[in-house]
Amino acid sequence: MSDLLIKNGRVVDPASGTDGPRDVLLRDGRVAAVELPGALAGVAGSLPKENQIDAAGCVVAPGLIDIHVHLREPGQTHKETIRTGTAAAAAGGFTTVVAMPNTTPVNDSVKGLRWMMDAARGPVVKLLAMPAATFGSLGCEITDFHELVKAGAVGFTDDGKPVLEDEVMRAALVAAAGLGVPVSQHAEDTRLTAGCSANAGRVAFRLGLRGMPVEAEARIVERDLRLLREIERVERARPHLHVQHVSTARALHAIREARKHGLHVTCEATPHHFTLTDRAIGDYDTNAKMNPPLRDEADRRAVVEGLLDGTVDCIATDHAPHASWEKEVEFERAANGITGLETALGLALRVLHREHGMPLARVIGLMSARPAEVIRLKERGTLRVGSHADVVVFDPAAEWSFAVSESRSKSRNTPFDGAAMLGRVRATICEARVVYRAAVK
Amino acid sequence: MTERAKRAATKGAGAGLLSELPADSLAYAVGSLISVEHLSVADVAGILASTARLERMDAAERARVLPGRTIALLFYESSTRTRTSFELAAKSLGATTTLVSDKSSSIEKGESLKDTGLTLRALGAEAIVLRHPSSGAASLLARVTGLPVLNAGDGMHQHPSQALLDLRTILLRLGKDASAVDAKTLDGVTVAIVGDILHSRVARSNAMLLPRLGARVVLCGPPELLPESALGIGDGVEIERDFDRTLRRADVVMMLRIQKERLAGFDLDLAEFIARYQLSLERLKTVAAKTVVMHPGPIIRGLEIAGEVADGAQSAIEEQVSQGLAIRRALLVRALGGKA
Repeated sequence: MSDLLIKNGRVVDPASGTDGPRDVLLRDGRVAAVELPGALAGVAGSLPKENQIDAAGCVVAPGLIDIHVHLREPGQTHKETIRTGTAAAAAGGFTTVVAMPNTTPVNDSVKGLRWMMDAARGPVVKLLAMPAATFGSLGCEITDFHELVKAGAVGFTDDGKPVLEDEVMRAALVAAAGLGVPVSQHAEDTRLTAGCSANAGRVAFRLGLRGMPVEAEARIVERDLRLLREIERVERARPHLHVQHVSTARALHAIREARKHGLHVTCEATPHHFTLTDRAIGDYDTNAKMNPPLRDEADRRAVVEGLLDGTVDCIATDHAPHASWEKEVEFERAANGITGLETALGLALRVLHREHGMPLARVIGLMSARPAEVIRLKERGTLRVGSHADVVVFDPAAEWSFAVSESRSKSRNTPFDGAAMLGRVRATICEARVVYRAAVK
Repeated sequence: MTERAKRAATKGAGAGLLSELPADSLAYAVGSLISVEHLSVADVAGILASTARLERMDAAERARVLPGRTIALLFYESSTRTRTSFELAAKSLGATTTLVSDKSSSIEKGESLKDTGLTLRALGAEAIVLRHPSSGAASLLARVTGLPVLNAGDGMHQHPSQALLDLRTILLRLGKDASAVDAKTLDGVTVAIVGDILHSRVARSNAMLLPRLGARVVLCGPPELLPESALGIGDGVEIERDFDRTLRRADVVMMLRIQKERLAGFDLDLAEFIARYQLSLERLKTVAAKTVVMHPGPIIRGLEIAGEVADGAQSAIEEQVSQGLAIRRALLVRALGGKA
């Protein structure tokens, strides 16, 4: 594998505390050197032009990591495939994605996991997976955590559904604790949300939609935190709960308090939950339908606040592609979810960095080093010498509008078509391979 | 993505929030009526004036208003009043109607609403009257077909023709000019809407329409059926839990049917509901001796309303049904751009 030199850029690597002009040399799939400008001139002189990326005016950061994506393969390839989904990831600056298990069949076995991870699927970036916490994600009996972790699982989840039963969730947390991986919970008390398709509140009332109360999320989070306490006390184990796509002030409050008491709980927030409110549903736009639903302005602000004060550990997209015919139906019947890989960085920079003053390095950290920590991923999410050569090069000042017609995803379900973005990916490099390069402007 | 949503996304982008856009930017065919929110006061006045003109015509003249035009009635829910009145209204104007119901069509085979709409359009339907159990269905159908769509009730969302016929009934009962309204026509008038507000598209449509003509709307019911979020309906609407207090203030009271089919999972004690919220003869005589009694039907005698009240002199229930025919004529003419 040939060398790659990224020069003239501003390296922002939160994990190593680097922020300044540096040239980066990638060799044999690893970061070989991060040096002040000019120090690698000798290398530059010996490298052909096509092996050099001029990052003048750009930020050079660790490749982004998304621990929550739906790639739909196997079984739902009309929505997305591992190849198209990871191509969209690359275009969005991501070099590692974690696939959720709600495929057809559900990814709940070593055989299924190995099939998904097989190079024959053609992933464009590093692919990891969280298999199902319970067989078939039916919530009854936990899967073989031990064997699945040996085969590469980075956590367990029944995403799309909660692990509802106390005893099953307790068993999952205990089993995962022994293996050092998180149980990633889709926190929704489905006993409170049957037939619901929007956030309970004024918007849903006006539209005549049944509303999901914020309690549906909070109750599961609070229950899981209670289980963590009990397990720490009784089992002398230290389980790790990860709360997916947190969307309410109430759940964030519970997480903040639990953290104060030393429990091992982490959580993620999605760009749509910190950018939009339920008003985005407008005239029944099914591209504003997802689960958890877009909440009201107070909850949106709470999510932003949680990101600013550190309660939220990382940004995850919950990239959830659906075919147009699955969205062009009655709102209540429409599939939940939106694509998100190509709009995450542009929204994070616009909303968190520009509108709320979050330092650039922190935004990058929330999308690289921090998600790597959540899934205990070593040698990724940083540009330290010796790490995997996963890099994103982006112009932090570029203002642009996302055009869904240019998406790499197989699906088009986004509420952000035409929306303003800040910061545009120029190149994405995964293990020293250029996996995305923006067309020359 | 619709043009409107696209503009909303772009517009909201700077603020980090999407904001609602005025109804005039909606991508519906002219003449559609999806929600009363999309009607200006001038639109309402125009519909009422047209209703009056059509009413004054003799039958032969009326039959020449929409000669040979084709209107599809697409009904995914059972209906007596709404379906029959739209059908009779269309026929009285000389139009041809065809009825498609979910029980006797390809809908049963799983055809989507979009494809059903496109099929009706290909068969020559010039407008579609839609009744559907899902909120937002009418807006979807209008977007995908580009045809004028008249919402004859979509889920819990809207029933705009009902609100308009209720408005006309109120105007006539209160001795006001039913062919010329403005933003002050109902100044000083209080309309109570009582019972299962949560599941009622009639409540939403009336509570959005009447305040724009000056009326005060008081919503009354137990929290299970009338959550605080009902205030999201808009200005001029308030919540009052006590039925007697509500009735004392009301010039008009609209009783709503307890929709047993929508109450799955609700812990509602019917006996208690009847005790607290039934419009009984006793209650009417004591606290609402002059109040106009309305009900969109179907009524369940002995549940939300006593039979004697429904049949009594204060009841405008049958009049509402007759006004339905008149209003729906005007809406069909508006949808098809006929002259009246």
